[in-house]
Amino acid sequence: MTGLPRRRLLGFAGAGVALAGAGAAVGALSSSSSSSDQVRLTGAEAVPFHGEHQAGITTPAQDRMHFVALDVTTTKRAELISLLKEWTEAARRMTAGQEAVEGGAVGGNAQAPPKDTGEALDLPPSALTLTIGFGPSLFDERFGLSGLKPPKLIDLPRFPGDDLDERRTGGDLCIQACANDPQVAVHAIRNLVRIGFGRVSVRWSQLGFGRTSSTSTAQATPRNLFGFKDGTNNVKAEDADALREHVWVAPGDGPDWLVGGTYLVARRIRMHIEIWDRTPLAEQEQIVGRTKGVGAPLGQVAEFDPVDLHVKGKGGQPVIGETAHVRLASAEHLGGVRILRRGYNFTDGSDGLGHLDAGLFFLCFNRDTGKQFVPMQAALAAKDKMMEYLEHNGSGHFVVPPGVREGGFWGDTLFT
Amino acid sequence: MPLPAVRLTALLGSVLLLAACGDEPAPAGAGGPIAVEATDDACKVARTTANTGNVTFEVTNKGSKVTEFYLFAEGDRILGEVENIGPGLTRRLIVEVTEAGKLQTACKPGMKGDGIRGEFTVSGEGRKATDGDAGLAEATKSYQRYVNSQADSLLAKTTEFVDAVKAGKVEEAKALFPVTRTYWERIEPVAESFGDLDPKIDGREDVIEEGMEFTGFHRLEKDLWQDGLQADSAGVADRLLTDVKDIVAKAKAVELTPLQLANGAKELLDEVATGKITGEEDRYSHTDLWDFRANVDGSQAAVAALRPVIQGRDAALVTSVDEKFKALDELLEQHRAGDGFKLYTELSEDEVKALAAAVDALGEPISRVAEVVSQ
Repeated sequence: MTGLPRRRLLGFAGAGVALAGAGAAVGALSSSSSSSDQVRLTGAEAVPFHGEHQAGITTPAQDRMHFVALDVTTTKRAELISLLKEWTEAARRMTAGQEAVEGGAVGGNAQAPPKDTGEALDLPPSALTLTIGFGPSLFDERFGLSGLKPPKLIDLPRFPGDDLDERRTGGDLCIQACANDPQVAVHAIRNLVRIGFGRVSVRWSQLGFGRTSSTSTAQATPRNLFGFKDGTNNVKAEDADALREHVWVAPGDGPDWLVGGTYLVARRIRMHIEIWDRTPLAEQEQIVGRTKGVGAPLGQVAEFDPVDLHVKGKGGQPVIGETAHVRLASAEHLGGVRILRRGYNFTDGSDGLGHLDAGLFFLCFNRDTGKQFVPMQAALAAKDKMMEYLEHNGSGHFVVPPGVREGGFWGDTLFT
Repeated sequence: MPLPAVRLTALLGSVLLLAACGDEPAPAGAGGPIAVEATDDACKVARTTANTGNVTFEVTNKGSKVTEFYLFAEGDRILGEVENIGPGLTRRLIVEVTEAGKLQTACKPGMKGDGIRGEFTVSGEGRKATDGDAGLAEATKSYQRYVNSQADSLLAKTTEFVDAVKAGKVEEAKALFPVTRTYWERIEPVAESFGDLDPKIDGREDVIEEGMEFTGFHRLEKDLWQDGLQADSAGVADRLLTDVKDIVAKAKAVELTPLQLANGAKELLDEVATGKITGEEDRYSHTDLWDFRANVDGSQAAVAALRPVIQGRDAALVTSVDEKFKALDELLEQHRAGDGFKLYTELSEDEVKALAAAVDALGEPISRVAEVVSQ
């Protein structure tokens, strides 16, 4: 053990500049996402923490995720603010590939517990992003925020078929950690939780092992646990117009502190994969509305061919059925509505009945949940044939404040 | 019922459109896609012959009106169409043509009238439909008889159940509830294929869409076991009978294909695995095991109808299915109580798990029946 702080070897130069380790040539990847400064992630490098928007939204989706929802246990506004400041500092460091605290793992007093838990020592930044959100329950009387609650931070309605577990629902705060190494993501959440003891406590948490959406055109479309490509028509980082229209809160949307922010919806969706696996291929494809191999919309040839809802086959039956997933979720069906999806596959042990508790941890970002996610989910819950294989058992809605400027802290536009 | 989605494609409307669209990009056929230039008064099809298989049209609207393009078989049977092609747009239509013959193409500028027709000739080998098999035809007839008999009993028992509810005879109605549902659950995939009727008859409170009233069996179940009969219980009972009459008539008129039978057998077990094994279905009465038994009965009936065909094609599959049905039967029968079954809440965790494992074990071979039938 050299005693060097974690990852200093990897060449961290300072806030706002990202360097990869060991000679890999990588440009700065801005979280403000203008297409010119998007570069393909090689997997190990750092993603800048500062920017107009928080990282972890349009950042090309990393392979792993650890998401945590927390309840604030302190009732003192000052304590909450100081926590957000401490968290921001730790997040700045960890996303740059450093320990949560300088010299935290092994550089401190030998008689003191280490200030960094240490499991990420020697690991590269791994494109770690940390993204914070505030739940509706944070905006009550405790912290003097009730007047500042965004009207669009609604309580989600109950959708048909919802089977929500209280222990996987809600939260005053959430933190999404995404990285290309699961240990780096878990290390980040663990250390942030630790910093928060006495002020926050974990309400629920979820690990994800494989991204189910691409958020950049530079990424191939991944597959979900049904074996289908997922997120082909996602809003992508390179499409600045779509991001402005569908993702970022703009001046005039209200409230002012939120400009540059967005809204996050999390849904834990259990997938009855055992039943799905007994379903014939042709039926699977009709349920999804795409082919399983290349992922082409039914009636078309290639993955990125436009979904054409107006093609009909024998007897005038629509080729993409009335209850097909891609039809119901399509912008055309929903009057132009789109969302940016950023979900992950999960398996969490067994359901106790001989099945895997597996599914998709759905995460999406949108500018107005009531007008985007809600109508989309309402249409799917009511008609999507895929619902027979799904069960939504966890849920959360959070407002995601804008990005942090140099010297600022998470949520500073709300608290100052 | 399962989640609210409609099992249309699975059992009834199983139009395997472009069945060959699996993995490989649809082959364009000799000469590639056929360009169609549609204007307000012409419909130029670049090539008017093709071989059987997938035929691809690329339709460009060079006119000023929104248009449509059709491929018709004899008697104006639609083989494929693409609608809503705006001026300047190009859209693709891939049609799987299974038989040689004289077809017609049509553009419909303004989306009305008979359209601008043209001859289109398809030659080559046709594909033999499996439905022609005499054994399969007998299988569907035999299963249809089963559906009819269950539907008759469903109507008779529902009438008794509804009368008991309306007369305020709570104990009698409670006794009739699981018996009546048995006939429903045995033919559930057939009944479920009639869209809106299923949620009205069998909707659970948690899966009802917003704005839709909670009616049917489970509403009355809640009244009988939990809330007591309500002012509108009699009305709900009347509506249940009306809806059941409706669905019985439809179920008896439906024409099933062998593939639908095979998928129905599988779906009944899916029902058990997702709804009954968890005790979600009958959450007030806890009579889930009755429904469980009925779903298994229904699955067994569909397989029995197909049995001669499967026996001839894959005897080992029949043996496997028989064994697994027997194992599940034996397990279920252990939970008999009198003429019926124990309450779901009386089962231990281990007993539930053993039932789940037996259903999974049966589900795997059952899921292969469709493949054998379609050979």
